[in-house]
Amino acid sequence: MPIRWNHDLDAQLSRAREAEKPILLDFSAAPM
Amino acid sequence: MWPDSDVEELVTGEYIPVRVHVRDQADEFQRLGEEYGAHWTPSVLMLDPSGEERHRMEGFVPVKEFIPNLELGLARVDFSGGRYDEAESRFRHIVDNHPDTNVAPDALYWAGVSRYKATDDPAALQETAAALNEKYPDSQAATKGSVWQG
Repeated sequence: MPIRWNHDLDAQLSRAREAEKPILLDFSAAPM
Repeated sequence: MWPDSDVEELVTGEYIPVRVHVRDQADEFQRLGEEYGAHWTPSVLMLDPSGEERHRMEGFVPVKEFIPNLELGLARVDFSGGRYDEAESRFRHIVDNHPDTNVAPDALYWAGVSRYKATDDPAALQETAAALNEKYPDSQAATKGSVWQG
């Protein structure tokens, strides 16, 4: 399954706290 | 590494994936780059649910090393959360399944630390030092663990 990237870290941090799930934060220059 | 199906499965199953692009999100890249000390691409950071960094990869990392690094991030998240049994299991999974990778010696070291934290039994550290000496004698992890040998 292709990775569905999110682009708003602040919003995903709220989700991570609720779900108690870690975040993979990719600083990238790859084509979007 | 991203088109790899094993990487996709691991990331999708275990992490919330967030990408910040150097050009398309220049302001966000600048802000978060400052916050996390990430000024080069690719930089891949593994954050615990509170946003604290627990592990990172910088520069190109091939799939063979990328997957155990992702697993190391999960293990360190468990360790930092005090879930020592789960952390040990994840660290040992890396040693068992990716024994010839760069992260394997560290994984073995932290498996021993996790065991010790869970049990308070010094034998966990002594056994780990012996295992490091046997499997990865030239590693930094073996040097660090050498103080545990009885």
